[in-house]
Amino acid sequence: MTTARPETPAADAGPAEHLHAALALGDDALVLAQRLGEWTGNAPTLEEDVALTNIGLDLLGQARHLLGLVGDEDELAFHRDEREFRNLQLVEQPNGDFAHTIARQLYFSCAQSLVHRELAASDSPLAGLAGKTVHEVAYHRDHAVQWTLRLGDGTEESRTRMQRALDALWRYTGELFDPVPGLPVDLPALRAPWLRDVTEVVERATLRLPSGPDRAAWAAGGGRDGVHTEAFGRLLAEMQHLPRSHPGARW
Amino acid sequence: MAMTAVRETPPASRSAPDAGHEAADAGLEAVFEATLAADERVEPRDWMPDGYRATLIRQIAQHAHSEIIGMQPEANWITRAPSLRRKAILMAKVQDEAGHGLYLYSAAETLGASRDELLDKLHSGRQRYSSIFNYPTLTWADVGAIGWLVDGAAIINQVPLCRCSYGPYARAMVRICKEESFHQRQGFESLLALSQGTPEQHAMAQDAVDRWWWPSLMMFGPPDADSTHSAQSMAWKIKRHSNDELRQRFVDICVPQAEALGLTLPDPELRWNDERGHYDYGAIDWDEFQQVLRGNGPCNEQRLTRRRRAHDNGAWVREAASAYAAKHGPEER
Repeated sequence: MTTARPETPAADAGPAEHLHAALALGDDALVLAQRLGEWTGNAPTLEEDVALTNIGLDLLGQARHLLGLVGDEDELAFHRDEREFRNLQLVEQPNGDFAHTIARQLYFSCAQSLVHRELAASDSPLAGLAGKTVHEVAYHRDHAVQWTLRLGDGTEESRTRMQRALDALWRYTGELFDPVPGLPVDLPALRAPWLRDVTEVVERATLRLPSGPDRAAWAAGGGRDGVHTEAFGRLLAEMQHLPRSHPGARW
Repeated sequence: MAMTAVRETPPASRSAPDAGHEAADAGLEAVFEATLAADERVEPRDWMPDGYRATLIRQIAQHAHSEIIGMQPEANWITRAPSLRRKAILMAKVQDEAGHGLYLYSAAETLGASRDELLDKLHSGRQRYSSIFNYPTLTWADVGAIGWLVDGAAIINQVPLCRCSYGPYARAMVRICKEESFHQRQGFESLLALSQGTPEQHAMAQDAVDRWWWPSLMMFGPPDADSTHSAQSMAWKIKRHSNDELRQRFVDICVPQAEALGLTLPDPELRWNDERGHYDYGAIDWDEFQQVLRGNGPCNEQRLTRRRRAHDNGAWVREAASAYAAKHGPEER
């Protein structure tokens, strides 16, 4: 199948330009929902099983709405290869331990929260959706913040694991603020408030902000250009297997 | 939190008998019997016979465990659901199951048990869960078959529990049955889509029904003649109908539904009996049932190992939450 493949943004963006942004944000939500779905039944407590699945469901709802604006949601989800996906490398990172999952949620939901607030206030065709998702994203952010505090300021072991997770994922955070064509949000300008936000939480959790580079050198283009990390191909193989084995089938 | 409060103040239970207590108990027992006779609800602070309490703890706990273990065969397909709509439905369903487990552990806690202790009994194999969840989900169609048959059987079993004599259990079942009915309809609809789909999809649906039919019939428990707890549970109004009565009701409901689905049920002896006004059905393989109950089903080992692993891998997280609460108080945000 052929899918609208976003090109480098032109300065004089056409009226459908927002669809590039819908695809990027939709892929973020879809891929992170897929990762959270792997947790179902495996969480440390039943309450957390409910919470992680709930967040995954919210994200899947966002993905369906956004991909639905671009085309057929299932065509887009199940019949594109990894080089055609526009999601951030951050959201495709494997779950790792619970701290790793929480660090990924913290970095992502703090950014998503800022982006959706600005998007909701914009005149973009995506503003309506962002207006609705602002509340669920605030819940996701709160969940990640509360766990960062508990793991950081819990036991020696949880503190070590949380710091390790923050350090390991730091290199994928720079990409959060690369401009997205069609998104009427000044993403590079959001890096400063995001940094303040995350720093405040991390320090309250008695942890330190990672100091290394915030993007991997080899990820020059990164997820937004369809350049992904190795774990992503496997995620897609699992997610897409059934529809690819039964082309044309309806489910 | 409410659950801790319940745990710290267990309902009064009968202490070692002496002359004074025995006289008092006779009066309490009369009140208990009168409550049952009037079809009223027994509540946590009411006096109840030790056997009634123990039976309820066991039944509610095993019901809760079934919800928790039952997440696994379906969660097995979350990452592979073939459309985003089906994926969302499945995630919502499995999330509901975790919620049902939570309601039921809360109901058991009103009887003086603690969730930790019950989970420990599940993990160590001292308490059971429904035998059905020891069967594997081998194809996507199994998810639909579970929704239609397994949830269908669960509803038949559980609707009478909405009138069970123990109030907290009955009220939990009211909430649970509403959600289960919804899941069951979705399962039916998912199977229908497959049955009416490509020849490969139709075959996938038929194969799933072939594999899930008999295990679903076993969900109603052993035949009445071999059911040890039944008479007492019926006298206590915990149970309202016998295993075989409920199983028959299930068969009678499923046959026309299978016809509507365009699928067959794997029982050559299945036919309408005009005299009885019910469907006759073939013999259930009770040896298989006993084997699965004894831990020798296809997935017993895997289900328990996975549950224990989730619990063990999460120990450091629960310890962190407790340590944080001890430092900051549970209310601090």
